[in-house]
Amino acid sequence: MIELSDVHKAFGSNRVLRGVNLTIASGTSMVIIGGSGTGKSVALKCILGLITPDSGAITLDGQDVTKGDRDAFLARFGMLFQGGALFDSLPVWQNVAFRLLRGSLKRPRDEAREIAIEKLRRVGLKPEQADLFPAELSGGMQKRVGLARAICAEPEIIFFDEPTTGLDPIMSGVINELVREIVVEMGATAMTITHDMTSVRAIADNVAMLHDGKIRWTGPVAQMDNSGDPYLDQFIHGRAEGPIEAVR
Amino acid sequence: MSVVTAFPAAIGRNVLAGLAMLGRITLFLGASISHILRPPYYPRELGTALMQVGWLSLPVVGLTAIFTGGALALQIYSGGARFNAEAVVPQIVAIGMVRELGPVLVGLMIAARVTSSIAAEIATMKVTEQIDALTTLSTHPMKYLVAPRVLAAFITVPLLVGVGDVIGVFGGFLVGVQNLGFNAATYLHNTVNFLETLDIVSSLVKGAVFGVIAAVMGCYYGMHSGRGAQGVGRATKSSVQAAAILILAANFVLTGVFFSV
Repeated sequence: MIELSDVHKAFGSNRVLRGVNLTIASGTSMVIIGGSGTGKSVALKCILGLITPDSGAITLDGQDVTKGDRDAFLARFGMLFQGGALFDSLPVWQNVAFRLLRGSLKRPRDEAREIAIEKLRRVGLKPEQADLFPAELSGGMQKRVGLARAICAEPEIIFFDEPTTGLDPIMSGVINELVREIVVEMGATAMTITHDMTSVRAIADNVAMLHDGKIRWTGPVAQMDNSGDPYLDQFIHGRAEGPIEAVR
Repeated sequence: MSVVTAFPAAIGRNVLAGLAMLGRITLFLGASISHILRPPYYPRELGTALMQVGWLSLPVVGLTAIFTGGALALQIYSGGARFNAEAVVPQIVAIGMVRELGPVLVGLMIAARVTSSIAAEIATMKVTEQIDALTTLSTHPMKYLVAPRVLAAFITVPLLVGVGDVIGVFGGFLVGVQNLGFNAATYLHNTVNFLETLDIVSSLVKGAVFGVIAAVMGCYYGMHSGRGAQGVGRATKSSVQAAAILILAANFVLTGVFFSV
């Protein structure tokens, strides 16, 4: 279980997180929604330790995430970055098997390649594409490679940062299905950040809305449409009028 | 604040900012050395860096050195003719190339070629979240990106300086023998006899220091790049500027250390 308690983070005078409280139960898929610049990515990076919160506590299974063996902690996570964040200088298979080629999870090169090709197959890519470089792939393919890399070491927890941004509706649907299938298949805990309401409905067990640096609403996805929260209603229906100020 | 105090205050602010920056770069250098010494090591990344910094810089270094050596011979000959000292061309070319021009020009060419490339590559990795991705994949960016590049520069730039020295002296030799009428055997004899061990050692030590400066500047500005294309551009420009200035300053200090009377 991941738990954020009263987490604050500011960048200069910009107070991005203003006391975030959120619990993500093990084996569930939590989707965080909210407008641009509301701190969704910052919250996610705080959990991973990529950004240090100014105050508050973040725990994983009751353990403070800032303490203990960092490598062992990170080995429990997989992450799909918004832009893929694939390493340009490495071929696709080495991107996917990155964790298996070095560090505590190191395997023989041939075995790592086989696992990478299997994971690529799992996300719908062919073995021939394993030797291409990321720049030779389309945006949708890069997302799939990113997804394959996120699941390659079979992590317990997977983070997805805007998994469908920049993709056409069909490719978005494919990625949503893949994310859902993989999370269910692996029994992993998932945390996804997205603006895409189709993704929310496809991926989420639970939804949390981040607004003004705080969790405005959280609950099961089935209750999202009847929440009675005017902020959430405005967001999920994409209305320009409502309590959330729209800059024109 | 009055106009009288505003100017010194601005100078003070800039000096403080410069000192703070120097402190951050020194800490970064310390962290780089610490990561070079402690496992895990990434031999594949070191191999790639050795190729990028060393082998692929050879053409640039060779061309710079040969033209500089040739021009130096012409300058010394025409300058020496004013007081009937044309015969010192081999000795002055040798000492000029080995003690000063070889290490400094190689250092500056490395700053232009390698520092800029390292800064742009790492800055792009930063803005595209590749550095965050490295961290989430349990790989320390300092160890994976910085340590191999700094170590590669420390190893290869002295070698490049050595090669540059030889090619520069050869450039002077070619001009001396072909254009200025020197006897080839005498030219070589004078060159070899005139150089001392300290000249060569100082050249190689300067190369090692300049290599570390060039790589550390590229890595530091890349890792601290701002966002977007503008951030990458600014990091690249600043890294080359800082590396060039620090190389020239370090050259002055090292020359003082080696050759102070």
